[in-house]
Amino acid sequence: MKPRPATVRIAAGQGFWGDWLEAPHRQVTGGPVDYLMMDYLAEVTMSILQKQKSRDPSLGYAKDFIPQMERILPIVAERRIKITANAGGVNPRGCAQAVAETARRLRLGGKLRIGVVTGDDLLGRLDGLLARGHELRNLDTGRPLSDVRDRVVSANAYLGAWPVVEALRGGADIVVTGRVTDTGLTLAPLIHTFGWRPDAWDLLAAGTVAGHTIECGAQCSGGNCQVDWERIPDLANVGYPIVEAAPGGTFEITKHPGTGGRISVAGVTEQLVYEMGNPAEYITPDCIADFTSIRLEQTAKDRVQVSGVRGRPATDKLKVSIGYFYGYKAVGTLVYAWPDAYKKAQAADRILRERLADLGLTFESVLTEFVGADATHGPLARASTPLDQLPEVQLRIGVRSPEKAAVERFTREIAPLILNGPPSVTGFAGGRPKPEEIVAYWPALLDKRTVEPCVEVVDV
Amino acid sequence: MKKRAGRRKKVPLVELAHARSGDKGDTANVGLIALKPEYYPILVKHVTAARVARHFKGMISGPVERYELPNLHALNFLLHGALDGGGTISLKTDAQGKVFSTALLRLEVEVAR
Repeated sequence: MKPRPATVRIAAGQGFWGDWLEAPHRQVTGGPVDYLMMDYLAEVTMSILQKQKSRDPSLGYAKDFIPQMERILPIVAERRIKITANAGGVNPRGCAQAVAETARRLRLGGKLRIGVVTGDDLLGRLDGLLARGHELRNLDTGRPLSDVRDRVVSANAYLGAWPVVEALRGGADIVVTGRVTDTGLTLAPLIHTFGWRPDAWDLLAAGTVAGHTIECGAQCSGGNCQVDWERIPDLANVGYPIVEAAPGGTFEITKHPGTGGRISVAGVTEQLVYEMGNPAEYITPDCIADFTSIRLEQTAKDRVQVSGVRGRPATDKLKVSIGYFYGYKAVGTLVYAWPDAYKKAQAADRILRERLADLGLTFESVLTEFVGADATHGPLARASTPLDQLPEVQLRIGVRSPEKAAVERFTREIAPLILNGPPSVTGFAGGRPKPEEIVAYWPALLDKRTVEPCVEVVDV
Repeated sequence: MKKRAGRRKKVPLVELAHARSGDKGDTANVGLIALKPEYYPILVKHVTAARVARHFKGMISGPVERYELPNLHALNFLLHGALDGGGTISLKTDAQGKVFSTALLRLEVEVAR
């Protein structure tokens, strides 16, 4: 048996679908790394991908992933860097197929193995699950899924690190998954490298914290950081984070030399509390991590050590992410200029609402914001800012309805205001807003035993 | 912070803390982090869940929960009903609650001296 390495370096290459296209290439060329972790899936991404797959059965994965792989595969093959990515969306096999074709085109046939993790997709099994008494109640509202069953467009269980570990043990160089947790993509290489056991809860929690720290990419290395933000160096050239971990569960967050950004206790702390619920119970399929046990220390410039992480046994449930058709919405904007910009925008809002009422249109919600005055901080901003001298204000008004026709009619009521409403108005260059279909998010829990992850490893 | 012995002074949280916020469904979370460890007890004492609920009156429709992370000198607030339904449903500019962070930093606390 080969001796286990003393450290492993896992680089974050994408923090969400749409993240910086340069990051993965920079991460595999900027210095030594063992793994590249790429997170693509947010809460509603699966339903977007399901929609794409329903139009074309060969799609349904993060298409950006393929050109990314085309660019870096020769490098990762040469340097033996492994990749974990949940880019597979609702079609991991299709995604793996596209990666394999790309690899063969780059003459890497016979040099790479691709692992595919599936089993998270429950869409075809929903009626069976409901019939067997799994109610899939909404975690926020408590309502049973039967309320919206006929409108469901996607349903995926969050799988954890273990199926990814199985793929790595099977020799996969690139692991493409469906809905594997963001943290699992980082935890899996740690389990695989160090041989962590399934009941080593503190270690699994440490790896989970490592994953949470880098899952949003540069948001822990100087991006979106409030402390001393003007002096964070060279964000144009920001270095994405790298976890450098030891077998005992202590790890450091760092980045490649010569890159911009900053790895500081302040920035790492901001990321640790990001999207946090109860910090003592960060629940994943792999463990429960206790964020109140984390210790942080700046050990060198751009290097923060994370230690002391405690964990508890995983629960017997998996979270399920369900997307269902909700209705339609549209948002229209107009910009009013000084003088009286704010008053004019307010007047335009009143006129528009009166016209919508006169047309007999009703909406589930009509929301008005005045960008430049109160769109982000609401009444807190209005109370502390002199609003009568604002140089400009953007009127931003949105509507939501189950009926497409009402939303459609609303979109035609914006432009007329330019000529038949309050003066000094501009900013309609983008044209009429388009009604947008809303696919809403339905989080639920499901017994772990009902979900069987499937792992395949194939040669390219 | 300007000091004057024996007096109390109103200080906005932006001088004592930094913050990051995000979303889970229709709930926004705000992690509030002391700029210096010695400010953390001030946050614990003054920035209660009730105080934060008053601060965000008119902006959130549900209750506020508070959790403590003394190890990180941080408090975590859950603001329920903050995002007009959240995610794709929301009509808000800040549908994902990204800037509730600095909105909380507007809150003023009374500190000694």
